[in-house]
Amino acid sequence: MGHASSGKNYLNEHSGLWSWLTTLDHKRIGIMYFVTVMFFFLVGGIMALLLRAELFAVNTTANVGQVLANGDVYNQVLTYHGAIMVFMVIVPGIPAILGNFFLPLQIGAKDVAFPRLNLASWYCLMAGAILAFATFFTSKIDTGWTFYTPYSIRTGSSVVMMVVAVFIMGMSSILTGLNFIVTVHKLRCPGMSMYRIPLFVWALYSTAIIQVLATPILAITLLLLAMERVFGIGIFDPKLGGDPVLFQHFFWFYSHPAVYIMILPAMGVISELLTTYSKKTIFGYTAIAYSSLGIAAVSFFVWGHHMFVSGQSEVAGILFSFITMLVGVPTAIKMFNWLATLYKGSIEFTAPMLYALGFLFLFAIGGVTGIMLAVVPVDVHFHDTYFVVAHFHYVMVGGTLMAIMGGFYHWFPKMFGKMYNQTSAIWSWVFIFIGFNVTFFPQFILGAKGMPRRYFNYVVEFEQLNRISTVGSWLIAIGFIIALITMVRGVLSGAQAPMNPWGSKTLEWTTSSPPPHDNFIHEPVVTAGPYEYK
Amino acid sequence: MSTNRLVNGVQVASHFKDEKHQYSSNKEGIWLFMATEILMFGGLFVGYTIYHTMYPEMFAEGAKYLDWKLGFINTLVLILSSFTMALGIYFNQINQSKKATMALAATILCGAIFMCIKYFEYTHKFHLGIYPGKMLDIAKVHPEHANLGLYFGFYYCMSGLHGIHVLIGMGLITWCLIRNIKGEFNSKYYTPVEGVGIFWHIIDLIWIFLFPLLYLVG
Repeated sequence: MGHASSGKNYLNEHSGLWSWLTTLDHKRIGIMYFVTVMFFFLVGGIMALLLRAELFAVNTTANVGQVLANGDVYNQVLTYHGAIMVFMVIVPGIPAILGNFFLPLQIGAKDVAFPRLNLASWYCLMAGAILAFATFFTSKIDTGWTFYTPYSIRTGSSVVMMVVAVFIMGMSSILTGLNFIVTVHKLRCPGMSMYRIPLFVWALYSTAIIQVLATPILAITLLLLAMERVFGIGIFDPKLGGDPVLFQHFFWFYSHPAVYIMILPAMGVISELLTTYSKKTIFGYTAIAYSSLGIAAVSFFVWGHHMFVSGQSEVAGILFSFITMLVGVPTAIKMFNWLATLYKGSIEFTAPMLYALGFLFLFAIGGVTGIMLAVVPVDVHFHDTYFVVAHFHYVMVGGTLMAIMGGFYHWFPKMFGKMYNQTSAIWSWVFIFIGFNVTFFPQFILGAKGMPRRYFNYVVEFEQLNRISTVGSWLIAIGFIIALITMVRGVLSGAQAPMNPWGSKTLEWTTSSPPPHDNFIHEPVVTAGPYEYK
Repeated sequence: MSTNRLVNGVQVASHFKDEKHQYSSNKEGIWLFMATEILMFGGLFVGYTIYHTMYPEMFAEGAKYLDWKLGFINTLVLILSSFTMALGIYFNQINQSKKATMALAATILCGAIFMCIKYFEYTHKFHLGIYPGKMLDIAKVHPEHANLGLYFGFYYCMSGLHGIHVLIGMGLITWCLIRNIKGEFNSKYYTPVEGVGIFWHIIDLIWIFLFPLLYLVG
């Protein structure tokens, strides 16, 4: 089955915790990210379940909750849910786990360009995470994950500590991005031209450009916020001549491109899954590759659409509105190319494929509601309502998380050398997909009816839809529990995985499962494109 | 991976073809990192531009409290240090290790002079009650512009972040100096010196923008 003749692979070559903590192997670092990011996902997920449980019913007594003690606690849980999911789960998610593991394999390299920086990036994320969780014990953050001024200057919670934590996690993101750019430029194997790299690599490459160019802006923004809190430098404080809206500009100048840090790698995963499980060459390789770069480029000019009601000039609002709609063009190019790939393919409904198809359905809804929100008058109506919450969950969870899960199931045999139970993996998809729609579709209706976001309580008319939404969150939880059991059982007692269980054409499937320490026994030489299916 | 091998007398990591491949990859990494540094300072420059447009007279007033002569000396010191840093790379390229050591030591000395002058500038301002933002001692300073503290918020953030980078640079050059004394660098391998050199030049370049923006804006 193509195993390395010695029987040694990256998993069993060294053993012991210390060999993991000091490893420079991109595959092992990918696994370390996998374990830790999934732990953060669990914590952030429990926060989400708590929020939904609180919203299950209207509170009858003022500022006394059903599940959470009071509104202040609700604000804290809300903040940690957002901050953990954004900075510790979705931003590092696909690049640091699947990207780390598969980018070098897909381009036929032995490792990333800077293995030490790669390990350092994991330690940065850990240091940031420890500091972020430490605020739990000092004074819990209640600003929301966006740290908007002026409240973040005035609140008594440990904003400085949290902001330093996010700064350090940003370093982690920059190091990963920098590593990937140089790796793609310099370490492609013979014959692997830029137009032969898999689309997942194109997506990671576009993401890496955003990580390197946008994250420094978050860094300086957070430093200035810390300085504002500690020394009162005045830049965001109107009392001292500063402007709190400037914080929003700075923040979204990073955080909007960051939205594409979250979604672009997911799109890359989807390209791989759709072509593999329809056994058909990807339709419009070049168009998909360039649309990734296109999205990356446009992402830097749309931040103002988060600020339509902040008092920015109307001209700016209209410009940002139009540029935002422009994002729909490269995104639609991807969508239609994916659909054309499916057309007349011999589709296999494996678990990863179901996740990919789920992505197409959910991301289409998330994307189209995004275009709706890009229209200024519509946004003014929907701003700060559950409509926006539903929109970005359809994109971030329905999009990115579905892709992460699909990617895990797709590459699981390669990562661990074991197969998992296909049926139970499909059940995890059923619960997550249905649960997701049950949770978030009612939130579009709630938002359109005017239910504001971030509120601890609501009027009794909204109770029915909130109940449905909360039940949906339980279905999602069941789905993830099934997925966890499937994967753990796969690792512990799954059948030995063959070299290429799915009949995929990209390079990582030409080496043994799991791969040897140096990825390939002989350096591969590429003579064709990545998706040469019959 | 961690296993190195000797190619043309240079330790090369196993995922690189040869020493040139490793060198060009490392250099690209350094330049990308420099892009992040410039963008990080970019946030401060944008903030400066916005508030300077809003309150030009406040920035003019603030600059009066700075001694342009000290800033000018510091500019010269840093330009000189860039020259000695370049010499540190050059002497390694022509296998003159001793001279390279001298050049690197001179660069560290220039950095130290810069920081000393900065220290005296800062302490003098503290003495006059000139602190950033809300901490500005209005009773002592009697500012004409009510928000003068905002100017000093920028002054301390921009020059402070720059100063931290100078200190980091001095640390990195010291690391190069020690390796240089150990004889680790020669015409075939001097990547760390060049990388640190690029960092040092960028830091100098940022100061060349900071000097007129902060000291000469009046």
